[in-house]
Amino acid sequence: MTATRSIVLEIPDWPVVAFLRANGESADAGEPIAVVHGNTVVSCSPAARAEGVDIGRRRRDAQARCPRLRIVPDDPARDQREFLPVVRAVEERAPGVQVIRPGLCALRARGPSRYYGGEGAAVHVLQEALAGLGLVDGLFTAEQAARRSGRDRLRVVAPDETAHFLAPLPVAALGDPELADLLVRLGVHTLGAFAVLAEDQVQERLGERGVRLRALAGGSDSRTVTPRVPPPELERGIVFEPPLEAAEQVAFAVRTTADAFIAAVDDAGLVCTEVRIELTDEEGHRSERVWLHPACFTAAELVDRVRWQLEGSSGSPLGDLSAPVARVRIAPEAVDAASRHQPGLFGRGSDERLHHALSRVQAMLGHRGVVTPAIGGGRWLAERQVHVPWGDRSPSSDLRALPWPGSLPAPLPTTVFPRPVAVQVRAADGGDIEVDDRGILSAAPAQLATGGPPAAIVAWAGPWPIREREWDAGRRRVAERFQVVDAQQNAWLLVRESGRWWAEGRYD
Amino acid sequence: MAAVRSSPAELAQLREQVARAQRRQAEATVLPVLSALAGLLPEPGLRRGSVYAMPETATSLLLALLAGPSRAGSWCAVVGVPSLGAEAAEGFGVAIDRLALVAEPGRRWLAVVSALAEVVPVIGVRPGPGIRPADAARLSARLRDRGSVLLVAGSWPNAYAMLDMQDPSWSGLEQGHGLLRAREVTVTVTSRRSPVPRRARLELPGPEGAAAAVPGFASGRIDETPRIAAVAG
Repeated sequence: MTATRSIVLEIPDWPVVAFLRANGESADAGEPIAVVHGNTVVSCSPAARAEGVDIGRRRRDAQARCPRLRIVPDDPARDQREFLPVVRAVEERAPGVQVIRPGLCALRARGPSRYYGGEGAAVHVLQEALAGLGLVDGLFTAEQAARRSGRDRLRVVAPDETAHFLAPLPVAALGDPELADLLVRLGVHTLGAFAVLAEDQVQERLGERGVRLRALAGGSDSRTVTPRVPPPELERGIVFEPPLEAAEQVAFAVRTTADAFIAAVDDAGLVCTEVRIELTDEEGHRSERVWLHPACFTAAELVDRVRWQLEGSSGSPLGDLSAPVARVRIAPEAVDAASRHQPGLFGRGSDERLHHALSRVQAMLGHRGVVTPAIGGGRWLAERQVHVPWGDRSPSSDLRALPWPGSLPAPLPTTVFPRPVAVQVRAADGGDIEVDDRGILSAAPAQLATGGPPAAIVAWAGPWPIREREWDAGRRRVAERFQVVDAQQNAWLLVRESGRWWAEGRYD
Repeated sequence: MAAVRSSPAELAQLREQVARAQRRQAEATVLPVLSALAGLLPEPGLRRGSVYAMPETATSLLLALLAGPSRAGSWCAVVGVPSLGAEAAEGFGVAIDRLALVAEPGRRWLAVVSALAEVVPVIGVRPGPGIRPADAARLSARLRDRGSVLLVAGSWPNAYAMLDMQDPSWSGLEQGHGLLRAREVTVTVTSRRSPVPRRARLELPGPEGAAAAVPGFASGRIDETPRIAAVAG
């Protein structure tokens, strides 16, 4: 097996770097940062490492070692996204890059080393932009070299030195914890010791996989670099000079960009079903959001999305942004083959007509103007019904299936007030009604006033206690529910919370 | 050649067939409704292109009327009812994944309804204040053209049928104990087709949250005489 000479680029602690790049922060070497997934540290900054935080450590443990540690949630999509510009920078200098994982990529050494006149020169060219280079025989060796290159950041392993370079490394470097554990128990601690074992013995004891790993340890790597095909450049952006202040102005100005974006997607034989829109204001603040489309976007619909994102949930003319908009970027998040989105020859499906009509209403009233209801989890009726804007993905219904002690049985109120309505409930003598700690009422409810003259209560039941999140001072709720029927046979679902009465729903 | 004698029923059937063939879209002239309501309405379903009006607070009745077409696979829309209980709607049999809500259309509710009427077969609406008869007539023309049904919770000039709910009576809840189980109401339907009102005692909602006929109550129809067949024109 002859191994291909490979160049491997590794940027150490990529998830941390990606996080800093995504937030536009400059890498502050002094700040300890740890990226955490499932309570375990998956990556940390050099400053954190100096304080004793390492990969695989539990979050609490890490925080105990370094109290000023900044914890950042893991986001593989962010890592990938931020790595793309790096790959692009490398591709500009040497084509045929294989992304092994975000932060680590490989390319064949042959082409660039001939072009730049030697492996060392090629690596120097790549090193100008990037940190952590290794250049050796075979992908595995290169990876190890990149990882171990340390301070000098560059390591060229000569063709005949490969085995020599690998020999002192621990067997754990093979990336197979089970095998490494076994080898250590057998007294084989380094790759060199593993490589000198006889091949037939290794095969007997460890099978095919063992033979392959032994070959790796000996410096002969059968893996070759599989270059990635650069995807077509689809994203489009526009810079406003001077920055624009009104959403309408931005929407008007972005029209040509949206057209260019759709044309680029179209030229690639694709349609865009999910798009990421990034707005940057004068002061560098960013508003970023992914928009979905049940079918595929047209240019006009993209312009609508830009406007909605600007208008946002807040009432200000520019939504989340506080300063005039300086830059808009439209990037595809998901694309699909255009052939699957061709309109039928005879008439169009009813779904498409429906989408057209609902989109028209959405264009009139805004993104949240048209919603489809979905049932989520929770004990309160208003919290259970989730309104999904037309075109967005509905949330998973797993929450609904959970047991929710204290939720109501059928029939349920047909009117659920989005915000509870204040009502007055009085005892027969006109006094207030108290509920003690044991859930005993001080008097039976006798009168109900819902914004008008009080009506007599003819039937009632309760209190049904709801105790939620008692461990969380900010979000805890302690309340009692009642069902009440008044003299006009109107049925109400009432809630008594901290001494006041509210109507949660009405059975009408 | 022997003269062909046709009974009025056959004639009505033929006329319906011709009318159906003449429609731009070949489709049934009525949308299905729940069996509990079928005997009450002038036709055994919701007549396409018509407006049905009911009191503003009759949300149960609105949901029960939506349930039939929704179960049969149609999309439904509800405009101007921000407090609609989605879970109750599901209980009545409305498929909420085929339900579009326009909660707060504001002053543009009429424009929203006419945009939706292009495509959505059944639209429930709680109208904003003051609809002008001219606007209502324009919308009716569009409904007839597209074959959509409008269910209005509120007043509407010149509706095809008016539904009303009287004598509600809840069961299941007592003084300090029990649980709301079902509500019996008398639903009355007056229509342009049959001016004599029809009544039925229904459970709205029943114990399972759906609409049901009250067992043991006499047939809903007050006029048992055969109806006059529809005449085109």
